[in-house]
Amino acid sequence: MTAQFPALALILLFPAIGVVFNIFVGPRAGRNAVNVAGTGVIFAAFAVGLWAFARLLAMPAGAALEVTLWPWIIADQFHTAIALRFDALSAVMTLVVSGVGAVIHLYSIGYMAHDEDYARYFAYMNLFALSMLVLVLADNLLLMFVGWEGVGLCSYLLIAFWYGNAQFAYNGRKAFVVNRVGDAGFILGILTMLSALAAHGVWTLNFAGLQAHAAMLAPVATMAGLLLLLGATGKSAQIPLYVWLPDAMVGPTPVSALIHAATMVTAGVYMIARLHFLYALTPDAMHVVAVIGGVTAFFAATVALVQSDIKRVLAYSTISQLGYMFMGVGAGAFAAGIFHLMTHAFFKGLLFLCAGSIIHALKGEQDMNRMGALWRRMPITYATMLAATLAICAVPGFSGYFSKDLILERTFEAGDEGLWLLGVITAGLTALYMFRLLFLTFHGTSRVAPDKHVHESPPVMTVPLIILGLLSVAGGWVELPPGWLWGGAFSRFLMPVLCRSRSQAAHGAAGGALGVVAMLATLTGFLLAYILYIQSPALPGRIAARASALYHLLVRKYYVDELYNLIFGRFLFWGSTNVLSRGVDSGLIDGIVDGAGLGVEAAGEVTRRSATGNVQVYAFVYLAGAVGIAAYYVYLVMVR
Amino acid sequence: MVPMSYFVGLSAVLFAIGVAGVLLRRNIIVIFMSIEIMLNAVNLAFVALGRRLGSMDGQVMVFFVMTVAAAEAAVGLAIIIAVFRNRETVNADQLNLMRW
Repeated sequence: MTAQFPALALILLFPAIGVVFNIFVGPRAGRNAVNVAGTGVIFAAFAVGLWAFARLLAMPAGAALEVTLWPWIIADQFHTAIALRFDALSAVMTLVVSGVGAVIHLYSIGYMAHDEDYARYFAYMNLFALSMLVLVLADNLLLMFVGWEGVGLCSYLLIAFWYGNAQFAYNGRKAFVVNRVGDAGFILGILTMLSALAAHGVWTLNFAGLQAHAAMLAPVATMAGLLLLLGATGKSAQIPLYVWLPDAMVGPTPVSALIHAATMVTAGVYMIARLHFLYALTPDAMHVVAVIGGVTAFFAATVALVQSDIKRVLAYSTISQLGYMFMGVGAGAFAAGIFHLMTHAFFKGLLFLCAGSIIHALKGEQDMNRMGALWRRMPITYATMLAATLAICAVPGFSGYFSKDLILERTFEAGDEGLWLLGVITAGLTALYMFRLLFLTFHGTSRVAPDKHVHESPPVMTVPLIILGLLSVAGGWVELPPGWLWGGAFSRFLMPVLCRSRSQAAHGAAGGALGVVAMLATLTGFLLAYILYIQSPALPGRIAARASALYHLLVRKYYVDELYNLIFGRFLFWGSTNVLSRGVDSGLIDGIVDGAGLGVEAAGEVTRRSATGNVQVYAFVYLAGAVGIAAYYVYLVMVR
Repeated sequence: MVPMSYFVGLSAVLFAIGVAGVLLRRNIIVIFMSIEIMLNAVNLAFVALGRRLGSMDGQVMVFFVMTVAAAEAAVGLAIIIAVFRNRETVNADQLNLMRW
């Protein structure tokens, strides 16, 4: 059942107004106007999202709100419209994107209070939110692709926000180029599906239409699924295309929060959940998704153990958590994946905002070796960060517990015991690196440079922390174990839209035992962190010295950047310089262009002699021409 | 009745005189007058042929030609005066700035 709901367009219109206002009026309107407009439009979008959500709840399960704005591409039988669809999945995503996004915008007011380029900042942020909302509200793959490209562009603009720094600009380009690779996979996946359908005379890219004709997709499902997965690994920072995300932290910290929590990285998970009917056809591709997720989760967690930059730890933690989401959707537990996406948006957004609060207080210091003992001086930041840490470590009762536990359990049920074990180990590593971060920044002895005046952030920054802190604690309560109060309300809400095949298996005794194992892993991680960073702070250094090969492997992030640089960077650079630049561009293209110019010039040198400037010569030529034409016609008449 | 060929012949002769004047004379005022001769040669052909065909079109056309010729004479002479003031010559051979 679907109902028309034109107000959906407002969800996109408000951020669009923000973009236009901040670009064209913002710099003249002043800081206050930009702060109000830039933040207000996202809150307005969130309000409309809530309104639509209320309407959706009043409708029967599996219903959707729709609005068709205008026709877009009409090419023979292929019709695509700018149309929005608000079903349970879009609803969750819309509320997360606009809700968490709004809080981050609010926080940005405080964080960017000393930056001159605030109007450009808010214009990009609004555009980022707008692109993501287009992505989640689109009712067809093409419009989704518009949003998909939009978030890629905005990530580039915001990562390279302080473009004066050459390294930052480079990181922005890196994010853009790596995403480009994924986008190529995405568009090839779309075309694969379209051509398979076209063979049966069906021309559609609507999600509803695709799902209705899913049977026709069966022959190409694995190929399309893997191509789309490549796109998803680009946006959602999974192996092999995760390399851009750790470098994305050079943007302003609220941008990192937005990228890691609400927008961008969730796009890949959302896309796979949205196309669950395609993945349901292909167990092979599903398994690839799950394996990539599990391996990425473990891999990124090990790197996060040794990084000293606070934002880099969080960046690898995001990659690791996204790996969990991929594990979940790969195991067919789409609702669990989306659930973890939501709780992750709360606590990871919060972690980045807390990190931003610390960095703000320390005037740009990001190295955890120059922090420590901050908790007394930043109590609100400490309390909220503790909540987020407990949430990400899946401590029972906190939001991350419900979602991560669900994913691990579903993975086990799907028969992937190996991946489950990897997930459990990763849970232990998560606790280790997160408490390492917490202990290094807030506990122990202060290593802050003495000239820094550490202070708690202003209310405009702490209020968002508190909001997200509450969500990090309570956000998981929408999905309780069966039989408890409202039970799995979240899955019940999503399930009609997502796959029915592997629905709710009850949290049985096995589920409980699995949960205990994961909890033990977490506890071990916590104890290790306590021993290493509180009890005997000298120990980590000794371990690093003893196992220096492993330590360096981790610090240098398994040398993946160097490897990519060697394979793709060097090779492509050599090809571009020697073949394309010198050969094709300088030789061939320039040769053609210059040759054309020289030819015309030479011809002109000859022919311009005829322009004598003497009007009587011109008149004579004219007469001769006229006589010639007349003579020709007379000749024709005579011959006939 | 004067035969048709006389009119057309006279028209052709006048036109040829005009062409010769335009091409051979150097004084732009004379060239200008030669153009007028050509126009009137055409006028003569128009009225003669129009009368022969029993149509008023030829005469109507002549009126147009005369009107345009009058305007052209005014503009043309003004241009010639302006050119003379600048260059102090009306010799077409010396008015050849518009070349390569």
